[in-house]
Amino acid sequence: MHLPISDKIELNILHQNSHQAEKNKVKFNNYNLLCLNIMSSPGAGKTRLLEITLEDLSKKFYSAVLEGDMTTNLDAARLEKLNIPVVPITTGRACHLDANMVSGGLKLLEKKINPDLLDILLVENVGNLVCPAEFEIGEHFKVALLSITEGEDKPLKYPIMFREADLILITKVDLLPHLNFDINELKSNIASTNPKADVIEISSITKSGFDLWQDWISKKILKFKNI
Amino acid sequence: MTKCLILSMEEWAEKKNKKKIVVEKINLKIGEFTCVEPISLINTFNAAVLGSWLDSSQITIETIPFEGKCSKCDRLYFPKKENGYKSPCCNFNLEEIISGRELKIASIDFKEK
Repeated sequence: MHLPISDKIELNILHQNSHQAEKNKVKFNNYNLLCLNIMSSPGAGKTRLLEITLEDLSKKFYSAVLEGDMTTNLDAARLEKLNIPVVPITTGRACHLDANMVSGGLKLLEKKINPDLLDILLVENVGNLVCPAEFEIGEHFKVALLSITEGEDKPLKYPIMFREADLILITKVDLLPHLNFDINELKSNIASTNPKADVIEISSITKSGFDLWQDWISKKILKFKNI
Repeated sequence: MTKCLILSMEEWAEKKNKKKIVVEKINLKIGEFTCVEPISLINTFNAAVLGSWLDSSQITIETIPFEGKCSKCDRLYFPKKENGYKSPCCNFNLEEIISGRELKIASIDFKEK
């Protein structure tokens, strides 16, 4: 044996994922396809949000979904009813989508439709407020959902997720009259963690806020496509 | 995260000729403002590499403090959850993060066989 050697590499542990995420982004850009990474805890309303959103959005923009789930295709089956291309990605025991999984999903999507024809790809991540925040997938924007039943303190408890988000959707606001919940405290906690994020209150029951959310997406697509 | 660490080590070792080296220490820098709990990373790594070429390697972790910069007065401060991550000097929201997001392999100590 020789003397020990110290190799100072200063290498990001996630560099392989970041490298694949960059490759995904190049592909999205070449397809002129805007990609949103939709994240939240389980049950915050991601799939329902997409169901309602896509009913209108798919009339104006060609849309597709990559649907991440740990063990079932239940959410993908719901979205397939909207007659848009949906690719389920079952992660097994992994609690988040990574860039390789999304690359695989994109390859399957390419078999269903020419992505050149698409305007927007919505990626529904696995329900989890921790790991998805650290794993880039090549998205252009991150959207985090937080339902009011989860409590005002969640942006402080899971700061990385809310720090990384470009848009935070506060969901289930129709329940406000029935809960002891301070939405101003929640907004203050969001602002503390991420003062730059856009914030929209939304309800899948009353549909309040959906006009703002649809407007946000439309503007992002049009700006991305330089229209 | 453990899988990413092992894949990074595999990639590094391929360049060094894996069969001719023994890794003694993997020295990490992990920021406080990340989704990584150092002790969990060490435990899962130790379990994952049992019986592999990394079996005898040890992980050391240097924790990098979470530090922000007050956007009003430019003072550096350590954001605290209890204070909503606001700057104690001016009570401003956390805008600029100076450190704490690191997830790095800083260095690898190894011997050639």
